Amino acid sequence: MSKLRFTKDHEWVRYDGNVATVGITDHAQAELGDIVFVELPEVGRELKAGEACAVVESVKAASDVYAPLSGRVSETNNAIVQDPALVNRSAEDEGWFFRMVPTNLSELDTLMDEAAYRDFLASQQ
Amino acid sequence: MTQLPLPAGQLATPLEPLHRRLGARMVSFAGYSMPLHYAPGILAEHRHCRAAAALFDVSHMGQAVLRGKEADLAIERLVCGDIVNLAPGRQRYSLLMHESGGIRDDVMLARLDAQRLFLVMNASRKADDAAYISAALPKGVELEVLAERALLALQGPQAAVVLRRFLPGVDNLPFLGVLETALEGVSVLVSRSGYTGEDGFEISVPEDHAIRIAEILLAEPEVQPAGLGARDTLRLEAGLCLYGADIDETTNPVEAALAWVVSKRRRLAWDFVGAEAVRAAFRNGPARLRVGLRVEGRTVARGGSAIIGPDGAPVGHITSGGFSPTLNASIAMGYVRRDLSAEGTPLSVRVRGTDVPARISPLPFVPHRYVR
Repeated sequence: MSKLRFTKDHEWVRYDGNVATVGITDHAQAELGDIVFVELPEVGRELKAGEACAVVESVKAASDVYAPLSGRVSETNNAIVQDPALVNRSAEDEGWFFRMVPTNLSELDTLMDEAAYRDFLASQQ
Repeated sequence: MTQLPLPAGQLATPLEPLHRRLGARMVSFAGYSMPLHYAPGILAEHRHCRAAAALFDVSHMGQAVLRGKEADLAIERLVCGDIVNLAPGRQRYSLLMHESGGIRDDVMLARLDAQRLFLVMNASRKADDAAYISAALPKGVELEVLAERALLALQGPQAAVVLRRFLPGVDNLPFLGVLETALEGVSVLVSRSGYTGEDGFEISVPEDHAIRIAEILLAEPEVQPAGLGARDTLRLEAGLCLYGADIDETTNPVEAALAWVVSKRRRLAWDFVGAEAVRAAFRNGPARLRVGLRVEGRTVARGGSAIIGPDGAPVGHITSGGFSPTLNASIAMGYVRRDLSAEGTPLSVRVRGTDVPARISPLPFVPHRYVR
């Protein structure tokens, strides 16, 4: 069973019992507009939850992406480095940013589930 | 569909209801609620302008008529260009000068006839400009602000083909030519100008007719609406200055690489506001120059980023930067020490603590395609 969670900074994280895959939400990509550049963390980097660890640049502006969990980066998505617009086309699937091995699973429970994130978005309108 | 009210104090152009209907993402710019982009997004709008024709709402900019005997002489005191010798029906890019030699605003000035000049000013500067100009005018010369006019910019290689369907012969208007005419029964002022580097027109229309004229143009198959986002990436590719970013009261025309705007005649007389400082900049050479930079990779160097010299020390700063859709590359403009301003000079730009290699590049980044 995988768990899908969301942050207030519009990242998503999917934990499959082993590794956590991280990306930005469809709402975030729509807000950013055309994405032209993505900077990803180095594989092996130790992240603390809430730490700025990636940058996504659209034609409008640059934004930080924050680690939703603490842990070690195990893999990055080269496809979005080659084709940043993939994040616009498929933010919550093929446009993932990086994978990490979480060190503190209880952090997952501090994040929003899908319904809570939807409510959060509605409250931001 | 319900319409959200504008935030308090926010101004709207006459085209605002049309932007909402077209699904624009609205942002606040110079106090106005303006379209940043429409559904296709900035990249698509940018490419459409370079490929066909894009319609921009630039009604936030200030429009005014300067009227009276020797109105040209009066405005020449305040700008560094030759206006006295501007022929009727011709327009010129000029600079409203500060006493310090800095730039109060960059403006378009057109001569309508012997006693009338037409002026287009930046939105962020128009209130100051109007007060300043009015206070400086002699008796008998008046500045009439045209607050009730909208301004449309139709830009791109297909702009002339489209506009001549409604204004036969308008394609014969030369670059920077100006024409007072009627479009669909509405009196308009058309100039062959714009700020994208493409051929195109700016059309000044009475506000009550602005939406109708815009819709008529948008109904043509070549035309798509474009917002401020594309306007910014287009003007950056064209190497054109954004007031408040690339030029302001602290930059003089010489260091801003706008020395060409200081007309020859004015360089003999040196009789405009700020002339002494500009003359000194010509004589001594400026300490810094506005240049173009090509940044390696896709990292975007935004305004404010430091430019780093070969020895690792700061040698200037970026004033505008972005991703160029045409070149598929990161481009920027900024000021560097003059001895490092030669084309090809290897420098770097500091972005989020990392120095990214960059090279001085000639301006414009994308060649202008004005009709000549």
